[in-house]
Amino acid sequence: MSATTSGRTPATRKRRRLYAVLAGLTMLGVAAALVLTAFQDNIVFFYSPTDLKEKELHPNQFLRLGGLVEEGSVKKASDGVTTEFIITDLSNTVAVRYTGLLPDLFREGQGVVSQGRLGPDGIFVATEVLAKHDENYMPPEVADALKKSGQWKEPSK
Amino acid sequence: MENLSDFFAMGGYGSYIWPAYLLAALILTVLLILSLRDLRRNESTLQTLRAERRGDAIDETDT
Amino acid sequence: MHRFANPNQFLRIANPLLPWISALSVLCMAAGLYLGLFQAPPDYQQGESVRIMYVHVPSAWMALFVYASMAIASATALIWRHPLGFLMAKASAPIGACFTVICLATGSLWGKPMWGTWWEWDARMTSVLILLFLYVGYMALIDAFDDPTRGQRAASILALVGAVNVPIIKFSVDWWNTLHQPASVVKLSGPAIHPSMLWPLLIMAVGFTAFYFALMIVRLRSEIAAAKIRNIRLGQVHS
Repeated sequence: MSATTSGRTPATRKRRRLYAVLAGLTMLGVAAALVLTAFQDNIVFFYSPTDLKEKELHPNQFLRLGGLVEEGSVKKASDGVTTEFIITDLSNTVAVRYTGLLPDLFREGQGVVSQGRLGPDGIFVATEVLAKHDENYMPPEVADALKKSGQWKEPSK
Repeated sequence: MENLSDFFAMGGYGSYIWPAYLLAALILTVLLILSLRDLRRNESTLQTLRAERRGDAIDETDT
Repeated sequence: MHRFANPNQFLRIANPLLPWISALSVLCMAAGLYLGLFQAPPDYQQGESVRIMYVHVPSAWMALFVYASMAIASATALIWRHPLGFLMAKASAPIGACFTVICLATGSLWGKPMWGTWWEWDARMTSVLILLFLYVGYMALIDAFDDPTRGQRAASILALVGAVNVPIIKFSVDWWNTLHQPASVVKLSGPAIHPSMLWPLLIMAVGFTAFYFALMIVRLRSEIAAAKIRNIRLGQVHS
């Protein structure tokens, strides 16, 4: 066997391979963590209204803005296809204008991700609006009952 | 009858739900059939090879 | 023949189990389909479209589970040079790839009506697409070398390296802002799914898991037979 020619017993060779695999995996994990942390900003799919305020973004930069559609803020413009609404992360808000079809899940109080540019007037002009849903699934009757009994938990975003 | 068409409409989402289920069923069925076909072919090849080898061995002892 | 003594031993345990695992898979999938399509209620937000969950989520779980099994099997194959680990990983790869395709396709069919898009490059979706490439790369690498043992080793190393992607997929929705929502079932505070929807999902997941094991045993038997054929043919060439 080749084990004897190389002067090592098969058992130590196996242990050596085990350590090599473990060391390799650890280094790989560390490297992956470092890379992902370094590219944190590029992996993020959307910015919140607070991010938009805190981060110095280029004016007219194309970006995605995400948050909740503020209750009572959705207004249909007179042309029938333009919608204006306010995106909130419960600490900051941004007004959004969008012309086009909205997804089925778009409604007040629901999560939304819009793609577009922040105009000089502070209004975010969106070219695309995507709805985001949360991780809660339940039948409509259960949702109604929860709301009635006051046990409804508002989305905490 | 009306119930049935209601069921297939799935509240207007039928055109998304049924392709999802059919695609899943199709992919899993094709993979199953291909895997069983491979198994049958390999096991029969192995059997023929073994029978041949046994035949050779008998020939050698005969001579 | 001694090289395959252990795969044979494995089959001696697995073969009698195969009919039972297959029956469990058929039963659970049938029950899951019935419960998911007829019994489960529509969702309060997503309506009937939530029924796509009963194929999407189990296949996503299997895509991750099969890859994790494949990585562990590859590690044992690399460390102990044991043929069973490698053959198990090789038998699993196409199954995992199929589950990943189902996960991506059904996710797309669910995303279009709910989110308003077939596909977005968010962290969850991108990392699952990378998982599919890892499966395909693994299968391609096995046959890419003239010397089969070199192909085996290269593919096993790829399977191990790709394992870093598994936790990234799982936690992508917690670590970064994504379009995909966070986990509903496997989370610290307990499932956020009503039991009337959770049970069909779990039963379907058991059916998918049993399907994987049954199909893996079938494919493993086929791989072991193929390895024996290669051995006999090599013996004939040398004699």
